[in-house]
Amino acid sequence: MSGVSQTVEQPESFVFTDETMAKAKEVLAKYPEDRKESAVMPLLDLAQRQHNGWLPIAAMDYVAGICEMAPIKVYEVASFYTMYNRTPVGENHVQICTNISCWLKGSDKIVDAAKEVLGVGFGQTTEDNKFTLSEVECLGACVNAPMMQINDDFYEDLDSSSTKAIFEALKKGEQPKTGPQGDRVGCQPAGGLTSLKEQANA
Amino acid sequence: MLKDSDRIFQNIYGIKGDDLETARSIGDWKDTKDILAKGRDWVIEEVKTSGLRGRGGAGFGTGLKWSFMPKEGDRPQFLVINADEGEPGTCKDREILRNEPHKLIEGALIAGFAMGAHASYIYIRGEFYHEAVALQKAIDEAYAAGLLGEEACGSGWKMDVYVHRGMGAYVCGEEGALIQSLEGKKGQPRLKPPFPAGVGLYGCPTTVNNVESIAVVPTICRRGGEWFGALGKPNNTGTKLMCVSGHVNNPCTFEEEMGVPLKEMIEKHCGGVVGGWDNLLGIIPGGCSVPVMTKEMCDVATMDYDNLREHGSGLGTAAVIVMNKQTDIIYAIARLSKFYAHESCGQCTPCREGTGWISRMMDRMVIGNATIEEIDMLENVTRQIEGNTICALGDAAAWPIQGLIRHFRPLIEQRIADYQAAKNAAA
Ligand code: FES
Repeated sequence: MSGVSQTVEQPESFVFTDETMAKAKEVLAKYPEDRKESAVMPLLDLAQRQHNGWLPIAAMDYVAGICEMAPIKVYEVASFYTMYNRTPVGENHVQICTNISCWLKGSDKIVDAAKEVLGVGFGQTTEDNKFTLSEVECLGACVNAPMMQINDDFYEDLDSSSTKAIFEALKKGEQPKTGPQGDRVGCQPAGGLTSLKEQANA
Repeated sequence: MLKDSDRIFQNIYGIKGDDLETARSIGDWKDTKDILAKGRDWVIEEVKTSGLRGRGGAGFGTGLKWSFMPKEGDRPQFLVINADEGEPGTCKDREILRNEPHKLIEGALIAGFAMGAHASYIYIRGEFYHEAVALQKAIDEAYAAGLLGEEACGSGWKMDVYVHRGMGAYVCGEEGALIQSLEGKKGQPRLKPPFPAGVGLYGCPTTVNNVESIAVVPTICRRGGEWFGALGKPNNTGTKLMCVSGHVNNPCTFEEEMGVPLKEMIEKHCGGVVGGWDNLLGIIPGGCSVPVMTKEMCDVATMDYDNLREHGSGLGTAAVIVMNKQTDIIYAIARLSKFYAHESCGQCTPCREGTGWISRMMDRMVIGNATIEEIDMLENVTRQIEGNTICALGDAAAWPIQGLIRHFRPLIEQRIADYQAAKNAAA
C-alpha cells in the first residue's frame, strides 16, 4: 500500500486488550525464545484487528516493543505487506480480484456493480464509513471466479446481481452467504462431479 | 484417465468433512508409526522411487531435495511448507488446506522425520483466513490425539507443526523471501548459494516444500513409491491436482494423472471450452508465469513437465487458464504485467525498473498506441530482465510477454495499424 497520509489522525497510544494479549502469547510460543521478531507479522495482524482494521503508528511501536525490534524495522514490515492498512478502512473492506482468471469471467462487471451500489471508486471509503473498495491481485480462488473478499470472507462465482445483493445485505447489517453464490459447493465442476462420483449423493 | 481408487485426495471437495475421524476413515494417519519405524533413509528412498517432483512450480525432485539436508549436526533443522498460494490461476492448495488438512499434517511429520526436522512451519497466505483456521483446528486435533508432539504417533520422534500467516505479498512464495518473512522481515528473496539446506530459517538447515508435495507423501509411503511412479510418464510420474479456470463451461479443480492430454482433460472435467474447442484461442497451462500456448499446441499437448516444455511453456502449478477467441489476449497479458510490477519486491534493478516499464508499454500495446519497432524493444527489454535477478519473479514477468510476441505478433501489429488509421482519419 502507499505511504501514510499526513492527514490521518494518529492515536496517542496503543495497548493490547487482555483478550488480544492472550492471543499474542499463543503466537509468541510458536517461535524460539530468542526469535521474537518472527511474531511481528501475526502481532501486527492482531493489533489491526483490535483497532478497527487499521494500524496506527502507536500500534506498530507497541508491537516493536513486544518483539524487541527497532520501530523502523516494524514500519518496514507494515509497509511491505498489502494486508496491513496504515490508514483507516471502512467497516467492510471490499477487495475485488481483477487478475486474469477473474477478468476472463467478467470481473469488470463486478467492479462496475460495486462502484454503482457503493458510489465510490478504488481506494475510497463511503461517507458512512461502511465500505472501503480496493482492487486486489489473485486471491487463490480462480476456479470460482469472479470473486471478491470482504474482511475475512470470500464471495465467489459472482455476477452483477449477486454482487449487488451482497452489498445490500451488508448495508442492512445482515451476513450474506459466503463462498460460491450459485448452487455449487466449493471447487466442484458445476455440471456435477466428474471424479469421486460415488460421493455425489453422500 | 485416472481411476478413483488411484486418487490420493479422496475428499478434495470437502463432501465428507475435515475432521480427524473422517480423515482416518479415508486412510490418513493409518500405521504412521510403522512408516516411521522403517527409518528416514527408507522414506527418502521411497519418495525418490516415486519420482515425485515439486508441485509448487519448479518441479525439482522432492526426495533428492530432502537428501541435501545434513544427516546430523548440532543445529536444529526445519521443514517449511509453502502454502503461500498466489500464482494467478492457482487455487489447488486451498482445497488441501481446507478439506484435507490431515494429509498435510501427517506429511509434515513424515517429511520432517525424513529430513531430521522437529519443527515445521506452514506459511499460509494471509487472505486464506478460514483455511488457516481449518488447518489450525486439524493441528489441534492431531496434538490432542498424540499424533504430533513429544512422541508423535508413539514413534519417539518429537514433531511440532505451526501455522504462520502471511500478509499479502506474492513474492513470499519464493523460498528465500518466505524464510525472510518467517523471520519477521520484509519478504525479499535471498541470494543463493548458500542454499536453505545449508543456511535457511534462523541460519539453520531448512527445506521448503509446496503443500501438495508434502500432502501426497503419506500415501506414497503407504502404497509404495512404485505405485506412484507407475502412474503418468517416466520423469513425469504420479497424480496432480489441476485447476482449470477461464473460458471453460465448468471451471473446477480435480486430481488427474500426469501426462493426460490437455484437450481430453478439459472436455471430461470442465465441459469443454466455451463456444467449443474450435473457439479456443490459447491456454496458459501452468499459472500465469508460463508462456501461452496456441490452439494448435493445445490440440496435442499433455499435462506434464516435459511435454509442456517442448511446447515452449511449462507445467508450473498446473493452473490451466483457458482463453477463447472472444478474449483480448493483449489485455490479458498486460494485466499480468501490471501484476508483476505490483509484486516486484524492488530489490533487483532489472525487475524493479523493468516490470514497471513493461507494464506501461503493454498498456500502450493494448490500445495500439505504439510503433512496430517498439514490439522488438519490448521483447529486448524482457531479455534483459530474464536471468538477471535474484529470484524467478523477473523471469516470470518476462515469459508471458515473450509468449505473446512469439505467437500473437500479427495481432499486436494489427492493433497498432488500427490505432494509426483511426488517428489519421480523425486528423
Ligand atoms: S485470478 Fe481472481 S482469484 Fe485468482
